[in-house]
Amino acid sequence: MVDISTAHEVAQPASFEFDAESNAAIETILKRYPPGRQASAVIPLLYVVQRQMKRQTDSAWVPLKGMDAVAARLGMAPIRVYEVASFYFMFNTKPIGRFHLQVCGTTPCWLRGSDEVFHACKDAAHVAGYGQTSEDGMFTLSEVECLGGCVNAPILQVDDDYYEDMDYERTVQLIEALRRGERPAPGSTIGRQTSAPEGGPQTLLDVPGE
Amino acid sequence: MALSDKDRIFTNLYGLHDWRLPAARRRGQWDGTGALIAKGRDWIIEEVKNSGLRGRGGAGFPTGLKWSFMPKQSDGRPHYLVVNSDESEPGTCKDRDILRHDPHTLIEGCLFAGVAMGAHAGYIYVRGEYYNEHLVLQAAIDEAYDAGLLGPNACGSGWDFDLYVHRGAGAYICGEETALIESLEGKKGMPRLKPPFPAAVGLYGCPSTVNNVETIAVVPTILRRGGAWFAGFGRPKNSGTKIFCIQGHVNKPCNVEEEMSIPLRELIERHAGGVRGGWDNLLAVIPGGSSTPLIPKPVCDDVLMDFDALREHKTGLGTAGVIVMDKSTDLIKAIARLSAFYKHESCGQCTPCREGMGWVKRMMDRMVEGRAEVAEIDVLEQVTRQIEGHTICALADGGVWPVQGLIRHFRPLMEERIAAYKAAKGSPQPTLPMAAE
Repeated sequence: MVDISTAHEVAQPASFEFDAESNAAIETILKRYPPGRQASAVIPLLYVVQRQMKRQTDSAWVPLKGMDAVAARLGMAPIRVYEVASFYFMFNTKPIGRFHLQVCGTTPCWLRGSDEVFHACKDAAHVAGYGQTSEDGMFTLSEVECLGGCVNAPILQVDDDYYEDMDYERTVQLIEALRRGERPAPGSTIGRQTSAPEGGPQTLLDVPGE
Repeated sequence: MALSDKDRIFTNLYGLHDWRLPAARRRGQWDGTGALIAKGRDWIIEEVKNSGLRGRGGAGFPTGLKWSFMPKQSDGRPHYLVVNSDESEPGTCKDRDILRHDPHTLIEGCLFAGVAMGAHAGYIYVRGEYYNEHLVLQAAIDEAYDAGLLGPNACGSGWDFDLYVHRGAGAYICGEETALIESLEGKKGMPRLKPPFPAAVGLYGCPSTVNNVETIAVVPTILRRGGAWFAGFGRPKNSGTKIFCIQGHVNKPCNVEEEMSIPLRELIERHAGGVRGGWDNLLAVIPGGSSTPLIPKPVCDDVLMDFDALREHKTGLGTAGVIVMDKSTDLIKAIARLSAFYKHESCGQCTPCREGMGWVKRMMDRMVEGRAEVAEIDVLEQVTRQIEGHTICALADGGVWPVQGLIRHFRPLMEERIAAYKAAKGSPQPTLPMAAE
């Protein structure tokens, strides 16, 4: 969980207003919930804030004024939004680098070498450790808990994308590509067909209709 | 005897084919949906009961029975279907494939489930990290609306049904059904006391049923081919097909849909290329996701992968996330990392869990080093018994079971570690078990 008590230690923007793209997204989101239940939209709207900050500042995070804007839009007390923003792990309540490197360190990934992925991130992105951002502001490194892609372990999540079947070398290559402004296609980095065994599927070879 | 392709429900598990509606229809989805709905709510529930389907999210509760708990008549409050796609149990990655490769099986299943429980609306709660997967699911739902399969008079059935996707934001606890409901209502994901159960007071205070993705997604095929067909796989009370996630120290980790009650060894050797270094190099397996206690190799030799067989060995089928560990594994560290996971994911509501998960983690960290006394193994075991069963939800139970499994089967390993520490560095300074950090 993000420690929101340190929010005052971060340079907070003086104001936050939803832009046109965000307002359009909010309109779609609010239609999903019954009248009077718009509080359900608090997580989706915090995502909207985080994406807008990414667009505007190149750092995906949720400032306090953004939480206040969500509270105002949904008719909630600001504290109700603060407690949601701090409870859920995916909201960054401090600025992060341009790329968010998220290493899964839970047992299934650890068994397949997530320690190597972590070391490769430190070496290639020049980040001191978990919770740190590189001096050039390019990379923030986080350890995350099980990403739910365990048969493709170890996994490095970059922003919203899973890079799978990683090792030290391929992690370094990925980070160097990101630094060059490239965005390699997500998924298996050893050419596997998603969750099928390496070398190709052994089942579902005879599917009716295909 | 292995399951044959013609009996696999998830025909696009690996995404070899197009997930979109025309291709899904070619593979037999959305076939005669309206006519099946016309057979009525009771028929659907009866057929699901006959199939023997038990919930695929971990607890294994009979699905037809769960649906029958929903009120027969609405008292004016709407009914809700809630689909649990917060797949976060370490070792589990099956629902991900359904969302991104076979979304229409899930969507069609939601419509059947909605009819069966008198719900005109459903929410699919997808874990926040599955961003790309949720985009596919949303696009598939949009297609279904455009084709008249969802919305007013869905599939020409006369039943109105709306379906929405809601993303979570990275909290394992939201896979607990009442925490999921709290989260969907816009609150912190803290589990509710039961009773009242969701079927009486659930989402927005209305009758609701929460089902796992895989549970819902097998329903259309069950209805089309008959409950008896599904019940024909696996042993009695453990019937059906199941997606297994085979991972860790195997040569070819993969997901695969197999028959329930398949022997663990056959599952690993037939589909995952066997244990790294051969079967004799196996140390232990966590058979059903991180919450299920590990089983050592002698048990793995002939155990069957189903609810009852694994229960006999004091573990469980859980979500069927099969974590394989060979003899190179530092087993104490593997389990200690799970203790760290549960500490991280405790919602903090109940004291035994909030304080206990941290205590267990710190104790396990010392066990990894061997910086402990042998008697402290017993203290650890006893404390886990005090945590278990004393919290609102099962997170803490799932958090201590792996530790209990380790002590049950590998206590000598822990004692060896302690002896090695003493031999190298002398007796550790007495450490008072600390309640808080």
